[in-house]
Amino acid sequence: MSTGNAFLVLSAFLASAVEMVEALTIVLASALARGWRSSLAGVGAATVALAAITAALGPALTAIPLNALRLAVGALLLVFGLQWLRKAILRASGFKALHDEDAIFARELADADGAERVERAGLDWYGFVLSFKGVLLEGLEVVFIVLTFGSAQHSIPLAAVGAAGAVVLVAVIGIAVRAPLARVPENLMKFTVGVMLTTFGIFWSTEGAGAHWPGADASILGVLAFVIVVSVALVQLLKRQRLEAATA
Amino acid sequence: MKRLAGFGRFWWNFVIGDDWLAAVLVAVAIGATAAIAHSHVTAWWLMPVAALLVLWLSLRRAIRS
Repeated sequence: MSTGNAFLVLSAFLASAVEMVEALTIVLASALARGWRSSLAGVGAATVALAAITAALGPALTAIPLNALRLAVGALLLVFGLQWLRKAILRASGFKALHDEDAIFARELADADGAERVERAGLDWYGFVLSFKGVLLEGLEVVFIVLTFGSAQHSIPLAAVGAAGAVVLVAVIGIAVRAPLARVPENLMKFTVGVMLTTFGIFWSTEGAGAHWPGADASILGVLAFVIVVSVALVQLLKRQRLEAATA
Repeated sequence: MKRLAGFGRFWWNFVIGDDWLAAVLVAVAIGATAAIAHSHVTAWWLMPVAALLVLWLSLRRAIRS
């Protein structure tokens, strides 16, 4: 497997795992408060919707000429990756609170417990909609990453394999423990995904704009090293700034 | 109309996020890279430098807000 394809599978796996951990928290809260049947129906409906979006957009993306695709995908991935990276750096340096799945679970559970019971099509509507929205919204981000990343690398199936592996893993662990996965090093995973999206965003947007990398595809490793060094340096710098501000 | 606005807002938040300036600066940097590359001058260095500056500016804006 080439370096690009290995990054592709790893990025899709990590991004998918992070989003599925968040979706699992919502689905578990919904299931425990409103019942498993309605919540699982919501998960099923959202999965069908995500599959339809992927099936509709996937072939359309592969029909676009590669340079135009890499320009558009590179720009989108860079904007997207910088968002992930900014949040992860703010969390790692202490400027933003870490994602707390236990607290989110408790809040969702309380909201679901207190909501009025309305039956539609034999399902508890609140539980169905809560699970549907949770899986659809978290899943859309995964679909976006799989399609853009996969199409620019000409390997949508490979990206899908990475994402599917994470979905299965999180689902199996979630069913086994029946509790939110609070011990997952979520910020480290988000940091890694942000680094990868930013790396490929830089690489493809440059190529799409008509510039050429010295060393062609091998320069991805150089860009990756640059993004990691810059990101870690920014975490350290912001940590120091925060400590100085706290002691001043 | 309300639904259309909601749909637009969802995609804006999804793709652009909470820092529109970062997206604008990325677009400007890509445009500058294309302009330099088409005048047959080496341009690959521009996007990494631009990404570093955009990230730094975006972090400063987030911390200030």
